[in-house]
Amino acid sequence: MAWQSFEQFLSMQGHGLFVWGAYVPTLVALAVEAWATRLRWKKALNAEAEELLP
Amino acid sequence: MRWTTFAATPRFYALTGYLIPGFWAVAALLGLAGLGLGLGLAPSDFQQGNVYRIIFIHVPAAWMSMVIYVAMAFWATVGWAAKVRVASMLARALAPTGTLFTVITLWTGSLWGKPTWGTWWVWDAKLTSYFVLLLLYIGYLALTSTIEERRRSDGAGAIVALVGVVNIPIIYFAAVWWNSLHQGPSVPLNAAPKIATSMLTAMLLMTFSFWSYAFAVVFTRTRALVLEEESHTEWVQSLRARRPSMNRH
Repeated sequence: MAWQSFEQFLSMQGHGLFVWGAYVPTLVALAVEAWATRLRWKKALNAEAEELLP
Repeated sequence: MRWTTFAATPRFYALTGYLIPGFWAVAALLGLAGLGLGLGLAPSDFQQGNVYRIIFIHVPAAWMSMVIYVAMAFWATVGWAAKVRVASMLARALAPTGTLFTVITLWTGSLWGKPTWGTWWVWDAKLTSYFVLLLLYIGYLALTSTIEERRRSDGAGAIVALVGVVNIPIIYFAAVWWNSLHQGPSVPLNAAPKIATSMLTAMLLMTFSFWSYAFAVVFTRTRALVLEEESHTEWVQSLRARRPSMNRH
């Protein structure tokens, strides 16, 4: 393990803002994309054919 | 079995329905392993300390954005030239995910650049060519979503995607060909990797996790496109009629 304590892990030797500022938005963005894509598929599956016709 | 077997949208839809849960599982497992190794076990870098840990998402995201672009150009061209509709749909489904990985790369790179270079951004060859990649993705998305006639839209998208492929080797070799603040490739094509084994392993785990994630999301989006575009067809209507028992995926 590279860390002595959780505080040390969070602070990343004073670079926590940069490291977590990279990780957290990335993971959130990927989760949102996955959720939105699945929602779009479900909507398309549940839509009535007439609604989707031009 | 011919290569065109799965070009039939019902077959493509059915096959990907079986594959997607597996891709999600692999993405989650490898992602957890990669994050555990990269954030918890890999040692600090002797020069950069712990800020280097951004590498475990920055480099895999950068690789993904370039690979997805090439895949998008390939399928867009196949779809347009060979009139294979599912190929064009795949290209359209790849674009948003490629754009997202490009934005992630620029964002994480900027956060890595500030503490190590002293600046968020420089207009050097590597970063500028990467910014051009983002513009190409946006151009493709804009063209394919604004031209209503499907065949013309696929054609215009394919041309933009194909022309933009020339930018990929420029991005990859920019730091080698020109002076750049950006370091050279972490994993060179013609030499041994320059980073420690645990760091390399974490990076590869995250890369394969992103690959698996991309397959899952892109296939899900393609299936949505298939349903949206073929909603009037008999097979889609019978699929809807059979839900929910037959439509788990």
